[in-house]
Amino acid sequence: MTTATTEAAGHAAESAAGMPQLDISTFPNQIFWLAVTLVLIYLILSRIALPRIEAVLAERQGTITGDLAAAEELKQKAVEAEEAYNKALADARAEANRIVAETRADIQAELDEAIARADAEIAARSAESEKAIAEIRASAQEAVKEVAVDTAKEIVAAFGVKADARAIAAAVTQRMKG
Amino acid sequence: MAAEADMMEASGPAIDPMYQFTLKPLFGEGPIHWYTPTNATLWMGIAVLAIIGLLVFGTRRRAIVPSHTQSVAELAYGFVYQMVRDVAGKEGVKYFPYIMTLFIFIIFTNFLGLIPMSFSVTSQIAVTAVLAVLVFVSVTLLGFYLHGVKFLGLFWVSQAPLALRPVLAIIEIISYFVRPVSHSIRLAGNVMAGHAVIEVFASFAASALIAPIAMVGIVAMFGMDVLVAFIQAYVFTILTCVYLKDALHPSH
Amino acid sequence: MEGSIVEMGKLIGAGIATIGMGGAAIGVGTIVGNFLSGALRNPAAAASQTAMLFIGIAFAEAFGIFSFLVALLLMFAL
Repeated sequence: MTTATTEAAGHAAESAAGMPQLDISTFPNQIFWLAVTLVLIYLILSRIALPRIEAVLAERQGTITGDLAAAEELKQKAVEAEEAYNKALADARAEANRIVAETRADIQAELDEAIARADAEIAARSAESEKAIAEIRASAQEAVKEVAVDTAKEIVAAFGVKADARAIAAAVTQRMKG
Repeated sequence: MAAEADMMEASGPAIDPMYQFTLKPLFGEGPIHWYTPTNATLWMGIAVLAIIGLLVFGTRRRAIVPSHTQSVAELAYGFVYQMVRDVAGKEGVKYFPYIMTLFIFIIFTNFLGLIPMSFSVTSQIAVTAVLAVLVFVSVTLLGFYLHGVKFLGLFWVSQAPLALRPVLAIIEIISYFVRPVSHSIRLAGNVMAGHAVIEVFASFAASALIAPIAMVGIVAMFGMDVLVAFIQAYVFTILTCVYLKDALHPSH
Repeated sequence: MEGSIVEMGKLIGAGIATIGMGGAAIGVGTIVGNFLSGALRNPAAAASQTAMLFIGIAFAEAFGIFSFLVALLLMFAL
């Protein structure tokens, strides 16, 4: 390219009407001003602009990282608070369960006692009643036996048989047993 | 040359598409010495001012939550920084300010050149050749400085069969020396082509018959040029990063 | 219309040189097409390869620009 350019430029230098880019007489000028411009831009960038943008970006990165860390911390705290709340809730529930169980045991004991007492009373009463019934039945049986002996004596007498009172009583007793 | 002028008047377009790239002294007429302020100087100066405006003035508040200008500046910074780190690797980050200088200069002059009636500095082969040669020379010197003679291993493809290696070495050396050529011509050529084609469409617009088509063409080409202005700056920078990577890690 | 035969040769040569830009267009099309088909197969890997895409486009396009430059040189500089 370089040879082509110089050759072509040699021609073009004669006629400005050709390709103005190849007019070699303007090259020193352009190169000089280009060098000035590039040095200027380099100085502006490396002295002012790039460090500043870098600082801003680093600061933003730092802020974002800090914010994220803070958010993480807050989240951790929220989790801890929730755990504490859950623990308190579980404790309270356990306490309530304990109280309920205790109360239930107390009541059960009282109830058992009362039932036992009532059972004993009932047993005593029913024993009394049985005894009374047994007495009544015994007396009733006695009475029935007398009536039966008397009736049997009368019946036997009516049949005209003279019977021994003792034999009749024994027979009636035997019959009543059977 | 008279014949050429004749041809331009007789058959060529009424507007010379190349005239826009002519360097003119800012003050008065006369020859262009090496120190003469020209229109190229003016637009380079405007580029410097725009760079100061964006990268220094735009970031003066150093806000954590950036303003619009500051976020554009940060975007440019992050874009080039990531490019350097991804392509050239961690060791390349040291050279980030130089590459950032190149990128910022090219993209600002490219976009300022798109303003109608402005002068597009990057369309000058002298400018892009200086940039490319700068990159080429500094990358080559860096390679020799860091690796000494081992830097020549860049041209010796050790994976290839032994018989092929000298041939490949010649090809590699040629392609290495073509780098600055393609590097500079690509940028200047793209910018020049875009501007020249817009100018050609503009010359068609002189005829009322095809003026609407020509105007649509101008708009389309301008959109294309906006894209090209960015892509060429990007490509120039990323190729610089690739060359830098070659200098940092020359082994194939 | 009384330009010399040299002028005619230059203009014809410039016209022929611009054919080279068609090759660059084919090259860019191939690169982008292959990138796209690859990216559609594996979209996750596409983002990391866009830099390579642009480098490839730049290389392919450079040769088109060379031919354009040759055309310009023929027309204006020689």
